Amino acid sequence: MKKIRIGAGAGYGGDRIEPAIELMEKGDLNYIIFECLAERTIAIAQEEKLKDPTKGYNGLLEYRMRKVLPLCKEKGIKVVTNMGAANPESAVRVILNLAEELNIKGLKVAAVLGDDISQSIENYMHLEVLELKNPLESIREKIVSANVYLGIEGIVEALENGADIVVTGRCADPALVLAPLVHEFGWSESQLDLRGCGILAGHLLECAGQITGGYFADPGYKEVPDLWKLGFPIAEVSETGDILIEKVDGSGGLITTATCTEQLLYEIHDPSTYITPDGIADYTAITMEQVAKDKVCIKGGKGRVRPETLKVSIGYKDSFIGEGEMSYGGSNALAKAQLAAEIIRNRLPIIGCEVDELRIEYVGFNSLYGTKIGEVLNREHTLGEVRLRVSGRTKTRAMAQMIANEVEALYTNGPSGGGGAMQSVKEVVAIGSIFIPRSDIHVNITYKEV
Amino acid sequence: MKLKEIAHSRTGDKGNISNISLIVYDQKNYDLILEKVTPERVKAWFSESVFGEVIRYELPNLGALNFVMYDALSGGVTRSLSVDKHGKSFSSALLEMEI
Repeated sequence: MKKIRIGAGAGYGGDRIEPAIELMEKGDLNYIIFECLAERTIAIAQEEKLKDPTKGYNGLLEYRMRKVLPLCKEKGIKVVTNMGAANPESAVRVILNLAEELNIKGLKVAAVLGDDISQSIENYMHLEVLELKNPLESIREKIVSANVYLGIEGIVEALENGADIVVTGRCADPALVLAPLVHEFGWSESQLDLRGCGILAGHLLECAGQITGGYFADPGYKEVPDLWKLGFPIAEVSETGDILIEKVDGSGGLITTATCTEQLLYEIHDPSTYITPDGIADYTAITMEQVAKDKVCIKGGKGRVRPETLKVSIGYKDSFIGEGEMSYGGSNALAKAQLAAEIIRNRLPIIGCEVDELRIEYVGFNSLYGTKIGEVLNREHTLGEVRLRVSGRTKTRAMAQMIANEVEALYTNGPSGGGGAMQSVKEVVAIGSIFIPRSDIHVNITYKEV
Repeated sequence: MKLKEIAHSRTGDKGNISNISLIVYDQKNYDLILEKVTPERVKAWFSESVFGEVIRYELPNLGALNFVMYDALSGGVTRSLSVDKHGKSFSSALLEMEI
């Protein structure tokens, strides 16, 4: 029976590179994917592109491809990645220039376009933004990007046309995996369960190290060996949709039904209804079996017909956030940090700082879960050190800077023994979602060869 | 007994929605978490973080529950003022619940 081996070379934009190289060298791969686009990444990339039209792709593209291209050619491994971000065509140019520099010939590189709908955004001003419960009109002046989550069509077409490397912008993460499977196995649109299995494989791979023991260890409860050399996963998928998750022998981490179950449920809501542009996957009938050390077989993914609307991520300029931190020690640490917070609360109106939302946290006590759980967790010991963190939302950068400065000024004007001040000011590009008809989207592909 | 003695957990995020899985180490404890870890209890436990509905999905064949918590990330990952904008650490707090 035909099987295809797909490796995950990155689980987020800034991920480690050595595990990807290890996979390409020793993983006997047919494909490697690099998933590098978080919800907000493309909005930030779009701003980079506005400043410099040749930019707007993943910042580590060149660094990664310098190591990936020689192996891609030598081993015949195809690459599928969303590192194109806001500018897949520029990303392709970077890859071609690198290939020439490295004297690599005979590569066909495709850019999948059509996710950027910022030119037609005016058509959708009446649609409600899911997160804001207001029409898009309400943030019209603040919009910086609008990208639809594409499905597999563009990637499949590029592979059918012989592309060795496919670079996309925004597309659904599982599509990076489902597309090669549909290309290789010819799974038709009506083979819903097989496509469901392909979406499942993509969902399991998309965060790379998170299924091989990353984001898992809990000393004393869940031990994971050699996390400093964590291996990334390989999914060996059969044409009947069975998935074997494994990794390269000798790499760190582990693959068990526990790591696979955690990742299966990661970032999903109703497990019977995992919605992607390529189909709705149903994970409720899945079975997992540990077939060998670091090898788990996963079967039983199901699927339903794809949705007629597609999600669009809208990036918009929302506000500024000013942050300041200061540490206090000793058995009176919390009282000192609370006094410092009181000083800040009183100072902000005095200096005319207009704050739309203010958050005061005591790191070490209540910053993660609030005071009630904090008190439960800390009731058996005294807090020997506490870090005050003040974070405020403002309409201008100048106001945000005032918050940060006031925390730093606690050095000489606040409680005794405050140390280690840090501050940051940043503009917030937030994300909202709208849903538009699939028929509005036109995918096209450009090819370049060396 | 704390939940962490019999189960493990992972948190994910989408916008202003947090989801926490709860997975038993031993299938024989699935009925116990099904009975004890109700969505009402989870909402009450996270009362300072979660302001919307909590929905529980059941996956008996995997020994797992999935809690989906709405209005749980201070307005969403992209604009939250919280130090842990994704709520990645919520799983550790869920496992501290007494059952």
